[in-house]
Amino acid sequence: MDTKNMKRESLSGRCIPVRGNDIDTDRIIPARYMKVVSFKGLGEFAFYDERFTSDGSLKSHSFNNDAYKGASVLLVNKNFGCGSSREHAPQALHRAGVTAVIGESFAEIFEGNCGAMGIPALTASPEVIEELMGKTEKHPGLEMEIDIRSAKINYNGVEYNISIPDSSRSSLLAGTWDSTASLLNSGSLISSRAENLPYINGFTK
Amino acid sequence: MGKNLFNKVWDLHKVGTLDSGLDQLFIGLHLIHEVTSPQAFAMINERGLHVMYPERTFATVDHIVPTENQTRPFTDTLAEKMMEALELNTTEHGIPLYDLKSENQGIVHIIGPELGLTQPGMTIACGDSHTSTHGAFGSIAFGVGTSQIRDILATQTMAISRPKVRLIKISGSMPQGVYAKDVILRVIKDLGVKGGIGYAYEFGGTAITKLSMEERMTICNMSIEGGARVGYINPDETTYEYMKGRPFSPKEDNYKKAEDYWNSIKSDSDAIYDDVYSLNAEDLQPMVTWGINPGQSVEIGENMPLLRDLEQDDRETVEQAYNHMGFKEGSPIKGQEINVAFIGSCTNGRISDLRVAAEIAKGRKVDSHVRALVVPGSKHVAKQAEDEGLDKIFIEAGFQWRNAGCSMCLAMNSDKLKGRELSASSSNRNFIGRQGSPTGRTLLMSPAMVAAAAVSGKVVDARDLEGV
Repeated sequence: MDTKNMKRESLSGRCIPVRGNDIDTDRIIPARYMKVVSFKGLGEFAFYDERFTSDGSLKSHSFNNDAYKGASVLLVNKNFGCGSSREHAPQALHRAGVTAVIGESFAEIFEGNCGAMGIPALTASPEVIEELMGKTEKHPGLEMEIDIRSAKINYNGVEYNISIPDSSRSSLLAGTWDSTASLLNSGSLISSRAENLPYINGFTK
Repeated sequence: MGKNLFNKVWDLHKVGTLDSGLDQLFIGLHLIHEVTSPQAFAMINERGLHVMYPERTFATVDHIVPTENQTRPFTDTLAEKMMEALELNTTEHGIPLYDLKSENQGIVHIIGPELGLTQPGMTIACGDSHTSTHGAFGSIAFGVGTSQIRDILATQTMAISRPKVRLIKISGSMPQGVYAKDVILRVIKDLGVKGGIGYAYEFGGTAITKLSMEERMTICNMSIEGGARVGYINPDETTYEYMKGRPFSPKEDNYKKAEDYWNSIKSDSDAIYDDVYSLNAEDLQPMVTWGINPGQSVEIGENMPLLRDLEQDDRETVEQAYNHMGFKEGSPIKGQEINVAFIGSCTNGRISDLRVAAEIAKGRKVDSHVRALVVPGSKHVAKQAEDEGLDKIFIEAGFQWRNAGCSMCLAMNSDKLKGRELSASSSNRNFIGRQGSPTGRTLLMSPAMVAAAAVSGKVVDARDLEGV
């Protein structure tokens, strides 16, 4: 795999805030839109029931707000992406233009899915998140710069510290976040590990 | 100092440490289903990769299956297409598929244990967050996303960081009329829906060792609702007894060797944990959720919380919950009139769940304002229930008796709430829109409490019903 084009050292873009704790993956993409065999086209269903009433009229939601059109850095609060393991959730966000998520905390499977897709899931303190959201709501046109190596962001001339697990940082920097190739590199170590497991041959050995 | 089961099993399955710093973990059993696997197969096909251990991979169909008319092609063309994709992918890659024609079909987390595929000391992965269920056997079982399914198909391993381990110690005995569902709802309420992030939960203590395998599965199943990706219980005689004679269990001649291994991976008596949380089972009461996440629950006799009693941080979600549910803060959960009763799901769709519910349904009638469904978790559960005459009891009482599937737990099939219907449900999630209607509302509770609500037309304490 060509890891050169997959390196994520820095990103920049405008921000879009979605406020609220414990936003689950059913809300990010309702199950009825998962009846697909490809992730293509999921973008239009991101936050669908939060954005539209049952008769199709618009609700008030950041993803309906023209001011945030084209924004790529999603700002969220605590435990974002809890619930179902559906990768359809980060896939829908990604296909709606999201290339990075910054929040107070993430549910574990959601964070892992982002990692496997090369989408940085970064955390910051509640105070920083509040400040970033507030700034964005006032000035949606501002550009944010994210530096993965130094774990810092620059927003309108102000620098903030963010956190990223070491493993995510190193795989984003090396362009190895698509893990299949590195796992395959272990070659025969996989089968020898397996052979040492007593259950692998039904306890016959 | 001793080691806990989680770390023993992890170390036995660790292939190595990747450059990223994540561990590469061998997966002993990979379970797949129709919803989260098609894109993973597409990716391995695109890259010219093959399935490394098709013999350690098993597929079934559960999320999208209609539980009423199962004639193919399904009337839902999208569901039909997903079914066809799974059939094609499993045939192409030589993976056994328990489809609707198979007597083994059912919800993936019900059939794994039922068939003896789920075993102590294994690592298990499935593209579904309720994979934690399998931890009831002393395996460590992870819900994964589609990219990780791709990795496991291609390499039988996954890249993952080692979580911390919290012991949840439940002492005493459960009072009559309190069930495993009440235990886990209590734990999630106490520790919060985010409390388990970064942890695997080991459930232990005298109350846990007294539970049947099916009750243990209910508890481990909902670990993820408390934020813990993995929940497990040390294997014991109850586990070994359950395992005997199942199609994929170790054969009799090898059973001694199997037990030696299973005993070896148990947590040592002096095992170290990163955290311990203790609870006395004697204090437990039937629990009912009133909000929009599984942590928002009360005991059946309690009132819903007042906003002023809550921390600022919780207040926003609670306000949103009251807004969605249409409940007034401080009001009792008891007496809330329901429209729908759902008994089923990977949490509570096993034979013991149906027996408890049938006992309550027997000789009673579902309230005329309630639509009530019983959906067995697998074909084997359905057959067992029918052999015991439970189906007749339910039908006689006015419940609909359906075919096996996930049904109204997540409504990826035709079983859905309509409009603002209020559902008493034995499933695992009360998220907004979860049961298929964006404005629908869910109250989570044990199967006994759902059955009692169905025949009463409202939320009641099942222990108050005569003869229960």
